[in-house]
Amino acid sequence: MFKDLFQKKKYAVVPSERVSAERPKREIPEGLMNKCPKCGTIQFSKELEKNQKVCSSCGHHFRLSAHERIAMTIDEGTFSEIDADLVSQDPLNFPGYAGKLEQQKASSGLKDAIVTGEGEIGGFRVVIGVMSFDFFTGSMGSVVGEKVTRAIERAAEKQLPLLLFSTSGGARMQESILSLMQMAKTSAALARFQDQGGLFISVFTDPTLGGVSASFASLGDYNLAEPGAIVGFAGRIVIEQTIRQKLPDNFQTAEFNLKHGQLDKVVHRKDMKSFLTKLLDMHSAKGDPADVS
Amino acid sequence: MSLELPFEKPLAELRKKIDELKKFGAERQIDFTDEIGRLELRYQELEQEIYGNLTAAQIMHLARHHARPTTLDYIPHVFTDFIELHGDRVFADDLAIVGGLAKLNGVPVTVVGHQRGKDTKDNIQRFFGSPHPEGFRKALRFMQQANKFGRPIITFIDTKGAYPGDTAEERGQSEAIARNLHAMSTFGVPIICVVIGEGGSGGALALGVGNRVLMLENAIYSVISPNGAASILWKDASKADQAAETMKITAKDLLEFGVIEEVIPEPYGGAHRDLPVQAEAIKEALWRHMRELSALSPEQLMEDRYAKFRKVGVFAEEAAPLPVTE
Ligand SMILES: [Zn+2]
Repeated sequence: MFKDLFQKKKYAVVPSERVSAERPKREIPEGLMNKCPKCGTIQFSKELEKNQKVCSSCGHHFRLSAHERIAMTIDEGTFSEIDADLVSQDPLNFPGYAGKLEQQKASSGLKDAIVTGEGEIGGFRVVIGVMSFDFFTGSMGSVVGEKVTRAIERAAEKQLPLLLFSTSGGARMQESILSLMQMAKTSAALARFQDQGGLFISVFTDPTLGGVSASFASLGDYNLAEPGAIVGFAGRIVIEQTIRQKLPDNFQTAEFNLKHGQLDKVVHRKDMKSFLTKLLDMHSAKGDPADVS
Repeated sequence: MSLELPFEKPLAELRKKIDELKKFGAERQIDFTDEIGRLELRYQELEQEIYGNLTAAQIMHLARHHARPTTLDYIPHVFTDFIELHGDRVFADDLAIVGGLAKLNGVPVTVVGHQRGKDTKDNIQRFFGSPHPEGFRKALRFMQQANKFGRPIITFIDTKGAYPGDTAEERGQSEAIARNLHAMSTFGVPIICVVIGEGGSGGALALGVGNRVLMLENAIYSVISPNGAASILWKDASKADQAAETMKITAKDLLEFGVIEEVIPEPYGGAHRDLPVQAEAIKEALWRHMRELSALSPEQLMEDRYAKFRKVGVFAEEAAPLPVTE
């Protein structure tokens, strides 16, 4: 009965083998409190919310839904969604896909794994796309591919910077070859946009793997990531099985990728908006050295 | 190793019976001409029955056949004057990718493909045809060179996928694949891709952004291996046959989806049964498409390729409200 007072929140269930293996499990009420999946610290949901869903103890960045991310990134009142009505079909008649789509829509409140739109960041107008891991683990099927492509085309047409926050388990198996081809489609659209001088800022969030990582997300003029975000092509388990070795804890983290030259910068969530504003400013200020006194 | 796959056993048994009868007749000087004629006819019927109705799983097993010809098997039959080139100029020469210059009916082209090994030792060197980032970058270098010199690009796709290893991740496996997709879409020369065996995921697509994508009749092409799909779907990788049927991975399926332009027929029993005949069929198709594409300007080639990939996807646009939670 006490439990009924708490609203169920999805981010309370992020599993962590490491933590549960080392610490005894403690019962925590869902909704009101949150347990950090990395360090195990329990904190009030309200506090966590205030802290942009970053653990006050260890700095772990909790996963965000697309709308939470947009609210955190886009200037208040400036966001307008585009292509909101695109929905997946079941072109292969894949067993269970149609039902799973309905269930994912109901549980996430989204129509597919990305929300795209236009808005302002620090006064700079951008086209933005934000993926959501809570819809079908952010997998890319025809809808994600099409919405990303349309966002790129819109940015090209309006000559606006493009910003994509990625999170994805990979391609959507249930659309088989059609989902694979979205990698080529989005990358080709980006090539056109970037060859015209278009600016694309890509931000990896936890986790970004497989087909999304191996297409548009890796093609930013600037590739950024949130601290601790897992970014890579193959999944950790598959690699461990292939090389028959245990991988280090930091494998495929943003910091690991930074060290290996795969990222321009790791940006803490609290600094993200101001950093993006700074970067956008670099690309809008048309300075002529001759005019500078 | 035997060439026969389980579903080919009836054919092999019948062939054995015919051969035995011939031998017996010759030894005893008995005339079995009529009997042999009837069995040969039956053999042809059976062949048509089996190979004319292959299931997706059977096709998958043909695509993975240990004797199936590889890129380096086809090159001397399809092209002349092959000059193999090496290296990505950054890190290494990934032997899971081969390529270089060659002539197709006298016309210089760049050819690049995945390369599986011929035996265990070769396979270890070539990582079973699964490239590391340096492999994709090697391929990219060859293709950029072709673009610079105005040579058509021909790719052979034959990989289970990009190599899933720690060092591959360190060197940017994702970026390497993405970069190829990005770059291939911008080249002003004809690009023709042929899926000759297994087209596995992003590692296959990284050589697959062509104006024309052709597939051998018994090749497969998919976003995840049927084994991988089976372990996700049913927590059982051994149900790959079942997954193969579900995932629409055959040349015929992909032609229906508009993802490929043409299916190149194979001899009964698969490409490995007659390499010269198979190579000739590939050569004929490549030449035909190359001649068609040579009429296009660099801009038109880019536009043609863009349009081909831009239109892929199945979705609906409907303003229906979301289902209500709980
Ligand atoms: Zn923590």
